[in-house]
Amino acid sequence: MTDIAWIHNALSAARPQAVAALLRYFRDLDTAEEAFQDACLRALKSWPKNGPPRDPAAWLIFVGRNAAIDQVRKQSRTTALPDDDKISDLDDAEASMAERLDGSDYRDDVLRLLFVCCHPDLPATQQIALALRIVSGLSVNQIARAFLVSDAAMEQRITRAKGRVARGNVPFEAPGAVERSERFAAVAAMIYLVFNEGYSADGDEQPARSPLCDEAIRLARLLLRLFPTEPEMMGLLALMLLQHARRAARFDAEGQVVLLDDQDRKLWSGKMIAEGLALIDKALRHRRPVPYQVQAAIAALHARAQRPEDTDWTEIDILYATLEVMQPSPVITLNRSVAVAKLRGPQAALDMIEPLAAKLDSYFNFHGVRGAYLLQLGRKGDAREAFDRAIALARTPAEAAHIRTHLDRLIADSTTPKRAAAQK
Amino acid sequence: MLYAILCYNEEAITSAWSKEEDDAVMGRLMKVQDGLRQQGKLGPVARLLPTTAATTLRKSGEAPIVIDGPFAETKEQLLGFYMVDVGSLDEALGIANDLATANPGVGSYEIRPVSIFFQNGT
Repeated sequence: MTDIAWIHNALSAARPQAVAALLRYFRDLDTAEEAFQDACLRALKSWPKNGPPRDPAAWLIFVGRNAAIDQVRKQSRTTALPDDDKISDLDDAEASMAERLDGSDYRDDVLRLLFVCCHPDLPATQQIALALRIVSGLSVNQIARAFLVSDAAMEQRITRAKGRVARGNVPFEAPGAVERSERFAAVAAMIYLVFNEGYSADGDEQPARSPLCDEAIRLARLLLRLFPTEPEMMGLLALMLLQHARRAARFDAEGQVVLLDDQDRKLWSGKMIAEGLALIDKALRHRRPVPYQVQAAIAALHARAQRPEDTDWTEIDILYATLEVMQPSPVITLNRSVAVAKLRGPQAALDMIEPLAAKLDSYFNFHGVRGAYLLQLGRKGDAREAFDRAIALARTPAEAAHIRTHLDRLIADSTTPKRAAAQK
Repeated sequence: MLYAILCYNEEAITSAWSKEEDDAVMGRLMKVQDGLRQQGKLGPVARLLPTTAATTLRKSGEAPIVIDGPFAETKEQLLGFYMVDVGSLDEALGIANDLATANPGVGSYEIRPVSIFFQNGT
């Protein structure tokens, strides 16, 4: 790897910690970001000559802080001095070099920086955009591409989100245990949103959006390094790794969805699966199951099966039942019905989901799954109706195309009834 | 003389490598490894999973303490390692516990899952 590539990687790895510490000093997102940018420019000049510093994040914090203080001093010649609390910690800046990055201050800094992005006033899409811009340091253009909007629209979205954060009360005091765990839960949910933005993308959107999955995994790893005993983050990271491990197998060359049963398991990433399984092992020792962990355990059972027929559906059914108790939702029951169909047949699965019809009537997957059970039961007319309804509700062309293959098969079957019967 | 060569790097950087970057590094390392293997100089090679997957068993009086995360004490030094093939983290912890009982006092055992392993360089 060239020097410049190494420096680029080191800067982006140090970014969350550096921006988070600068936010604590300056208590303003824009100032913290500008200070970090300044420090990066200086790093690009200095590191190729002098070699990389032993602790890149500490170097960037120190240099960034000095640069921003200089800037504030220059401005103060023409405008009134800022309040003292706007520039805290003006003591001997050299001493900060000695500060250890694994100190609890820094852990809470990074958590705070992420928590700021989860401001409850911000809609989910703004939370994600803000986190990707500020914490991950993706460019506005990269984020805009991932969200399939124009640069200008994304710029505006981020500016608006920053404005809301600035007007809100950013909590700068060190959090207590309860607050810390609340922040942790909010941040975990936001990281999973980032992941799902990438994971739920269609085949042809994958190249632009799947980096969001990598970014979410990177953030979860960062948090787990800082807070190594949080089972919630172990579960979330395991869940994301086990889902993302299937990435290369989830879409065919035309960008069409490939169902789990039909995926080429050789394309799954063994490395990500191994890491996910190791994290589940760790999380289990805490005997404090959280929903992410149960979801990860379900993904692990799929990942462990060498062939689709090796899947342990009994255990998956039990885990979904656990999840139904932890966070009751019709969607979880719908997912559970897939295991029930494998274990006890399509009629049992259909009986399980029929009561959900009112709640899930406008949900694409409900009609798709229901159609599949009806088809297995030989109720072709009903199946066709369900598939038609699913296509009408599809959010993406890939979803619609997937259902259409079911329909095509149905039509083919009904036009050549004898051959279909013979195949049985 | 047998030497163990221990690899250190900044994990925040290496775990953020894209698949292409990672493959490129591994490809270059494999070339070095191939040369050593042909000379009959290479023993077992392992790449470990990230420290976030690590668990540490710390010796302490009667019952050792199990801590999430990697070994973090700078005043102790790496003195050796075992590689064990077991079914679960609990089993690995059990073995570490036996080791701690056989060699009481201070110290820790970090249990790190292995991601890539070559028995004799292949």
